[in-house]
Amino acid sequence: MQYLLLIYSDEKIGANMSEAEQQQLMADYHAYTQELVTAGVMRAGDALKPTTTATTVRVRGSETMTTDGPFAETKEALGGYYLIEAPNLDEALKWAAKIPTAKYGSIEVRPIMVY
Amino acid sequence: MSQTALAVERVFREESGRVIAGLIRLTRAGASRHGEDPFQVAEDLFQEALTRALDRWPVEGVPDNPAAWITRVARNAAIDRMRRWSSRERSLAELRDASSEPPQPVEADASDVDVFPDDRLRLFFTCCHPALPQPASVALTLRTLGGLTTAEIAKAFLVSEATLAQRLVRAKRKIAEAGIPYRVPPAELLPERLKAVLSVVYLIFNEGYLATSGDQLMRGQLCEEALRLGSVLVELLEGGSVGDSAHESRRHRAEALGLVALMRLTHARRAARVDSSGSLVRLNAQDRSRWDGIAIQRGLEELDRALSLRAAGPYQIQAAIAALHVRASTPDETDWPQIAGLYAALLHFARDGATEQATPIIELNRAVAIWKADGPERALPLVQRLADSGRLANYHMLYATLGHLTRALGRLDDAKEAFERALELTDNSSERRFLEGQIMELTNGVAGGEP
Repeated sequence: MQYLLLIYSDEKIGANMSEAEQQQLMADYHAYTQELVTAGVMRAGDALKPTTTATTVRVRGSETMTTDGPFAETKEALGGYYLIEAPNLDEALKWAAKIPTAKYGSIEVRPIMVY
Repeated sequence: MSQTALAVERVFREESGRVIAGLIRLTRAGASRHGEDPFQVAEDLFQEALTRALDRWPVEGVPDNPAAWITRVARNAAIDRMRRWSSRERSLAELRDASSEPPQPVEADASDVDVFPDDRLRLFFTCCHPALPQPASVALTLRTLGGLTTAEIAKAFLVSEATLAQRLVRAKRKIAEAGIPYRVPPAELLPERLKAVLSVVYLIFNEGYLATSGDQLMRGQLCEEALRLGSVLVELLEGGSVGDSAHESRRHRAEALGLVALMRLTHARRAARVDSSGSLVRLNAQDRSRWDGIAIQRGLEELDRALSLRAAGPYQIQAAIAALHVRASTPDETDWPQIAGLYAALLHFARDGATEQATPIIELNRAVAIWKADGPERALPLVQRLADSGRLANYHMLYATLGHLTRALGRLDDAKEAFERALELTDNSSERRFLEGQIMELTNGVAGGEP
């Protein structure tokens, strides 16, 4: 099965990190991604720019409404994702728990719909 | 009830879990490939076999081993079902898959029931997976591993049958769609997962034991069912080597046994716990001759077995506390110093997050034990500190305890104030009567001792 690991965290934590802490986090992510690749489970993965860069679009009837910011203002915001292949939920959860940000943020694990 | 109906009911109550778990193993892969819910397929096959028994036994007589008969019929129906699936998709791959299932003699031997004892253990872990909401785990565990019908479970939990059925459907759907595995978890996940299983079993027990509303008979049945599920779990953990080391596996068994002992020793007091008007009777006022001596004996033996594994845990500690209470033939003979020590140990586990019991409740219980063991002077500061922290601000027992302690130390105004606060916080009629009596005495200037 394929699972999307959605990485949520408080953006302030990242913004308030020292240079050294940020570099450490980058290194941790690099190592984690490498581990996914080596295990042959990595399908895709990206980091997102902060929610200050987000724009939300809704179409209601014939009207398109464009608003500034993410679709919902929450303390923890979506900051990135991995798409992985795993035989079951437990395996996916195991990978989710290893994501460096899991230590202070939250990882939502969602199975991918198969048509 | 006819002999047939009795025998069928008995198989349903006692063998559901075993048969359904086995059927799920057999048909799971096929059901998933054909977009069917493996739980439903297994339940339907079992139901078919029960119906067949109701038809045939009045004519042919009840077989010597009714459970084996029904298991065999259900298994044969499962094999038929798998053949139908296979012929529907005549692909080579399908046939290969079918032949890799465990051997399927059409006239399966009765001993087949026990060939895969791990079936039920796997099912426990699937039903109690932390990715499912706990109420769903409770319902699913009772439905698939226990011998309760959907209607009975709904009645016990005071929800409509439709609501409960919906809860079951959602849980089964999540198992299928999120890919919750059907297996005994690997060693690194086991401590977390077993804790989830034990807490579901304990929740079933407490639902039956603590709630005072609802059908009394149904509630008693929940307690019995929780005890049975707990015992099955112990048996399964003892049968297989679960965990990655002898020590880990001992630790798991010890806690499962500790939970069973805790439930058994608690349940043993049930008859004395409610008076003829239906009000709760506090432990020190219970008629101890009405406690169930056989259950106590059994619970104490189970606790001894757990403790002999030398791997302490929160359920064993709570069982040990329950044991000290039931061992005392009068409240005065209770070994309070040891109970205080056990609460301190429990507190240690609670701070590590190893038990779901809230830390302040354990602190309060420890303070009560210290009061009984060493007197009110030593207990009062502990209770006062809890009250000042505001962590149990809505718990009437905190203020009732504060009332008793301050009164014993002659601080009558403080005592009255505390009892009044407690009275505001409880709806329980027997508690209220008791507290009103205390307030009345204090208002009339009577300084009594302990209740």
